[in-house]
This record gives sequence, structure tokens and C-alpha cells, in this order.
Amino acid sequence: MPGTPFDYTIDTESGSTIIRLSGDVSRAAAEMLDSAYGDSGHGPLILDFAEVDYINSTGIALLVGLLGKARAAGRAVKACSLTPHYVEIFNITRIADFMAIYDDEQAAVAAG
Amino acid sequence: MARTLRRNQKPVAESLTASTPASATMPVAPVEIADHDPLMGYLLGAAGPVEIAKVDLDSPALRQLRAADIHLVVPLISQGELIGTLNLGKRLSDQPYSSDDRKLLGGLAAQVAPAIRLAQLVEQQEAEAQERERIEQELRVAALIQQTLLPKSLPALTGWEIDAYYRPARAVGGDFYDFISMTDGRMALVVGDVTDKGVPAALVMATTRSTLRAAAQHRMDPGRILAEANDVLVEEIPPAMFVTCLIAVLEPATGELTFANAGHNLPYVSTSSGVVELRATGMPLGLMAGMNYEVKQARLAPGETMLLSSDGIVESHGPDGQMFGFERLMAIVGDSGASRNLTSTVLDHLDRFCGPNHEQEDDVTMVSIRRLSSAATSAEAFEAPPTVEFSVPSTDGNERDIMERVAVAAADMGLAGEPLERLKTASSEAGMNAIEHGNRSNPDLEVRVEVRRTPTSILVRIEDLGSGRDPATTVTPDIEAKLEGLQSPRGWGLFLIEKMVDSVRDFNQDGRHVVEIEMNLQGET
Repeated sequence: MPGTPFDYTIDTESGSTIIRLSGDVSRAAAEMLDSAYGDSGHGPLILDFAEVDYINSTGIALLVGLLGKARAAGRAVKACSLTPHYVEIFNITRIADFMAIYDDEQAAVAAG
Repeated sequence: MARTLRRNQKPVAESLTASTPASATMPVAPVEIADHDPLMGYLLGAAGPVEIAKVDLDSPALRQLRAADIHLVVPLISQGELIGTLNLGKRLSDQPYSSDDRKLLGGLAAQVAPAIRLAQLVEQQEAEAQERERIEQELRVAALIQQTLLPKSLPALTGWEIDAYYRPARAVGGDFYDFISMTDGRMALVVGDVTDKGVPAALVMATTRSTLRAAAQHRMDPGRILAEANDVLVEEIPPAMFVTCLIAVLEPATGELTFANAGHNLPYVSTSSGVVELRATGMPLGLMAGMNYEVKQARLAPGETMLLSSDGIVESHGPDGQMFGFERLMAIVGDSGASRNLTSTVLDHLDRFCGPNHEQEDDVTMVSIRRLSSAATSAEAFEAPPTVEFSVPSTDGNERDIMERVAVAAADMGLAGEPLERLKTASSEAGMNAIEHGNRSNPDLEVRVEVRRTPTSILVRIEDLGSGRDPATTVTPDIEAKLEGLQSPRGWGLFLIEKMVDSVRDFNQDGRHVVEIEMNLQGET
């Protein structure tokens, strides 16, 4: 079973750069996630996981890679709209220590 | 380094002299020069051929050379090392060796020494390579014998939870365990350890196992089973070998245990008032005929667990050279015996104690048996949905399929909410490892999955055809190191599995690599 293909859109209307992810964050997402990051400018970044329902260890590795690049470039990264299960995984892997997690986009944008 | 060669080279001497056929074939025993013999230093320091008559040393080799009527010794030296000598008897003409002879011999020695050294090295390397191959082959055979004879599955006993764990050392020790159903409904649990390693140990293990099985069919009393097995083994096994063995016969209905011990590690029972050792005296099997084995009784109450183990656990060493030890094992049984998954808890402690770079010294074997509380027993009686089994081809991405099918089965078996989500993630990761590492993404190979409801948990078993976990993936992921680029961003799989579920077991069975992940059902610990 192939799962749901990964895709993304970028929204800067709120004044923050939001990457809305959808589908599976797994190996197949590698290139798209790279281009999402490349297209996202230079400022702080919000990753919206509302349309994501599967993240595996390879996806975690991709997110860690993205976070590493952003930190090297001095860009803050926030995450929002994760299911409780993936919030827990972000806590267990300690990604949450480096990527603040918010309930939804509004909360993430409001946090500045 | 011991040096040998130093063979008398009469034919060389003869070729340099006007020989007669009779003397040319006269055999002379080779002379060995020990490393500490003063002649060694003397020859190393000599500028060329040495006349024995002129040497004055207290040297055993010198005396031997004289006894063999050697007159001239030509040292063969390569890279500062004496690799041999040409030993010459007297000239057939009875004339002393001329300075021309000596010069010729000296030149010859200088030329042949490197060639002989090279030949020695090549021979040595070939011998070492053959020896390594022989050892590897022997290890494969030993592992095969052992795997063939260990139980293929765990016995199902109503009201009891039985678990066994076996992990061979690289050199394959002689550990074994067995479950023998007796004709009167009782069951014998056996754990044993053959001294020695490799094929000899595996063969003795096979003999011991069949002897115990045969004896258990006739003798109801574990002391008599051991005594009979001992008498057979004394005849059958090599004199330097013996077998330690513990046998405990369980009456499942009452928890009564009758046990006897042939010099094996003591079983531990975790009770509400602490850990109890089950002691019974007896000599190891195979040493002396006509031994008696003390028979003792004990009873496992509901909720109590007994652990049988081999000395591979207590005798494991940590990085600082400290031994794991009986006290540590007892303490773990005391802390965790009442909970489930005692063997994986012991194993976690052991692996942490030994550290990540540890090469296991001896086989590690454990058998645990836990008497369920009556509530858990009735839960099992109340609902026991059938085991769900399926296979998927090893195509990348199919772990998603494994995850969904495990989720459906586990939900049917009563798992819900966050624990179900956790089991899904762990199954997906274990499935991905099986597909990509175990079966190397070869779609012709299948990953087998089994989902089973135990009285207190959901057990997912994932099998591939690989040889086990990739040691590179067992590094604990460190987010800081990864963000700094000091560690690969990958390597989260096993970490996630271990964090998601209540226990993980990883072992090889019947040539397959098995990962078992277990999630406790809520309200039961």
C-alpha cells in the first residue's frame, strides 16, 4: 500500500512563512521537503502538520535535517497541528526542544 | 616467537665437498635453538659461518650440534631475525673448511635467507587463513545444531506465561533449554550449560537433551531423571567435559514445583516477600557415575515468577571489568519479577551494563515462568481471539500496509487510543527494518507478521530472512549531535520502537530474524 503522497503549499499572507504539509512524511517526501524549504525564504518558519497523518523514522530524519539547516541559517522553526501521538514522538525524540509546538496555525503565528 | 627450522643441511655440505653417496643420505636430527639459548645471540651477532669448535658457550643447542658432529653453522638472518641455520658436518676430505668455502656459504646464506623467510610467512598466512575458515565453518555448524534442537515454540499452559530467551555468543557456547511435556500432564523445564564451546559442546548438548527427554518419559522424579542422564553421559561424553543442568517439574494446576540441580545456577523466584533462591545439591552431569541428586519442592503462587538462567548473564563483564554478578540479577528479579517481561528487563539491564561495544563472552539463556493471577487467567478464558497472520512482499513502503493490518487486528483484540497509535508506529518501524535491512528490499522475499493476543497484551511478531539488527543502527540517536551534523540525521527506527512499546525482543530462530514487540493491555501491568 503506497500511502498518501506528500505535498506542500507555502503561505506568507499572515506575515509568517507557513509550510502546509500534507500526506506521508516518509522517504518519498525527501525531495519535496527540500524544495519546500528552498522556497520558504529566509525568515522564521511554521510547519503545519494538519494534513499529515503518518510520519515514520525516515520522515523524522528529514525533519531533523531541515531543522539543522534552518538553525545553521539562524531561522526559528515552529510546528503546529500535530496529532497527540506525533506530539509525543516529537517529545520523545526531543525535536520539541528545538521546534516549539503549537495547537494550530493561529497560535503559532500569534507566538511571533 | 619460537623459531624452528634449523634443520641439518647435510646435502648442502655434501654438495660443497667431494661427497660419497653413503654420507649424503646420513640423517641428522634437526637442532632447535630456544629463544633464551645464548647461541641465539651469538649467531645473530656472527658475521658469517661459525665454527662450532671455536664457540665456548653454556648452550643446550651447542651441545646438540656437537653431538650431531656439526662443524660449521651458517646463520640464516633476515631483517635481524635468525630464521634458521645451515648446519654442516665435517668435510668428507676431513680437511677444515677453507676461507673460500666459508665465503661461498656466507654469500649463499645472505641470498637464501630472505627467500626462506618469505616462504615461511606465506606458509604461516595460508595456515592462519585455513584456520580462520575452519573456525568459521565450525561456528556455523555449532549454531545450526543448537538452533535445530532448541524448542521452536513456547508451550501454552493455561494460567501460566512462559518465556524463553537464547542469544548465542559468537563462539557458540553449549547453553540449552527445553520444555518436556510429561505423560501425567506435568511439564519439565530444563536449562543447561555444557562446558566448552563450538561443535563439541553442541554435540554434547544434543546428547544431553535427548538423554533427559528419554529419562523424563520414564522417571517422574527430577532427581532420578538427572541421575539416569548422568550415568548415560559419563559413558558418552569426553572426560574433560561436563554439563550443568537444572530441571524443575511443574504441576500447572497447583503451581507445585519439584526440582533437582546438577551444579547449575540457582533459579530465582520473585515472591511478595522478596526473592527466593531454589537450592538443591548435586554434581554436574558426566563427571562420575552413580551420583544422587537432591530433590526439593517449592510452590509458585499466583503472580509469582521463576527465572532460570545460564551463567552467561552473571559472568558478563562491563567495560570496567566488573562482573554482572548474582546480586544484580537477584535485585532485578526482585524489582521486576512481579511484572511481565522479566526476560527482556534482565536483558535491558545486561546490555546497558555491558555497554554498546561489548562482544558477548558466553551464551545468554533465560527461561521465565509466571503464574498468572486468577483475574488474568479468567480474562484469557473469557476472550481469546485467534492469532492474525499475514505476509507482505519486501517492497519499500509496504511497512504502511503492515501497520494498517496490525492496527485492525490489534483493535479487534482490544487495543485502543494512544497505545494503539504507539503499536502502529512501532510495527511500521519494525516492518521497515525487516523490509529494508532484513530482506534488503527484495520483493521476492516476504516479511511475515503475526499478531497475537496474550492474556495481558498484544504481541506482534515480525520475521525477516536477515541475520539480525545492523549494529550501526543501535547507536542511541542524539538530537543535538544530529543538528550539529555530528551524527547522521537518520537512525531513529529502533529508538522509536523501544520507546513506543512495553517490550521489544530481537532474536534469531530457524534461520529467520524475529522482532517481537509487545504492548500491554490497559488496566493490566
